[in-house]
Amino acid sequence: MKVTITVNGTKHESEIEPRTLLVQYVRDTLGLTGTNIGCDTSSCGACSLHVDGESVKSCTMLAAQADGCDVTTIEGLAKNGVMHPMQTAFMENHGLQCGFCTPGMVMASISLLQENPNPTEEEVRIGLEGNLCRCTGYHNIVKSVLAAAQAK
Amino acid sequence: MIPAPFDYKRASSAAEAISLVSEYGEDAKFLAGGHSLLPLMKLRLAQPAVLIDIARITDLSYIRDAGNHIAIGAMTRHMDVEKSPIVLQHAPLLANAASHVGDPQVRHRGTIGGSIAHADSASDLPATTLAMGATYVAQGPNGTREIPANEFYVGFLESALAPDEMLTEIRVPKMNGATWGFQKFNRRAQDWAIVGVAAWKRGNEAGVALVNMGSVPVLATSVSQAIANGASIAEAAELAAAEAEPQSDLNASAEYRVHLSKVLVRRALESTNA
Repeated sequence: MKVTITVNGTKHESEIEPRTLLVQYVRDTLGLTGTNIGCDTSSCGACSLHVDGESVKSCTMLAAQADGCDVTTIEGLAKNGVMHPMQTAFMENHGLQCGFCTPGMVMASISLLQENPNPTEEEVRIGLEGNLCRCTGYHNIVKSVLAAAQAK
Repeated sequence: MIPAPFDYKRASSAAEAISLVSEYGEDAKFLAGGHSLLPLMKLRLAQPAVLIDIARITDLSYIRDAGNHIAIGAMTRHMDVEKSPIVLQHAPLLANAASHVGDPQVRHRGTIGGSIAHADSASDLPATTLAMGATYVAQGPNGTREIPANEFYVGFLESALAPDEMLTEIRVPKMNGATWGFQKFNRRAQDWAIVGVAAWKRGNEAGVALVNMGSVPVLATSVSQAIANGASIAEAAELAAAEAEPQSDLNASAEYRVHLSKVLVRRALESTNA
């Protein structure tokens, strides 16, 4: 089937199998490998990206379901070589260790602040419940999100 | 994991969806947010030959104040139910339960109709709408019919919907100031409930339903009857599992689930949320 999906501002028309997952589409069809596949069962959140501005788990969505939508991946955040404020906050607050969960954490965190611009620490922790960090680096991840909220 | 191959069709209206499902019959499945169906397809526990995507039927995404009840279109997402001022005001128990479904990413995709039609006793919204005395509206080739929630769940992942029927609306009675509690007992954030309880109380009237206490969501009618007969909350909560047939699994034995249900029913009924 044919789908038209705008990814990071560029419109792509692709012929895909209907069973193609969105995460496969961005990684294999478009070569955007910043979005990771972790658990592959919509538990860990590593594959989080934005569809029409909201965080989703791209291992549990068909590319066909994103037909006609605007998708943003971690590669689409920096503008003209300048990182997104959330990326800067993660860097400055040591919000990553091994880095595997980081793209998903950053995408989920941006979506969280769009819905709740000034969250409490508890609201950040609850808001990121869909993202797992196997390094257990949650403390600095939460600190990063709070810093990004402050910086706005 | 990638699902087995299937044909993908997209419906733009309920009528088109029903005509498609009539054409393809039992080989077809409706796809809403996909957060129950796609995981099953990836594990090959479901292998429909045709998926009929109904998530873009915008006519089925709404929340309306309909006088004595709230009418919610089946394709309304959990996130929209959770944040709806109408639901927060008139059916706060449902808004709260919706906020406990999965995680924010799941709630951006999953729909109330998809969750209810999937009829999983471990899901939060089937039991919650059951406790609230909801009515579901189904549309088929011969028109629409109303199905009371307490007649909808007929077996494990099995509902009263006919193969060519689609759930289109959920009608939830207004709570009119009843106190309510939603209790979800799990070991980790985002997990399914090991046992969950949705309950409301207004004087001697109460509605209580249990999550993951058997193959279907369980309406705890003995608890409501005891409250109606003047029992204390603590006394009534002892009857929590009277209608349930819980199973043992890795998370909990059946006996432990019975214990949990009593504690959680008591906590849910004692709650002063209103």
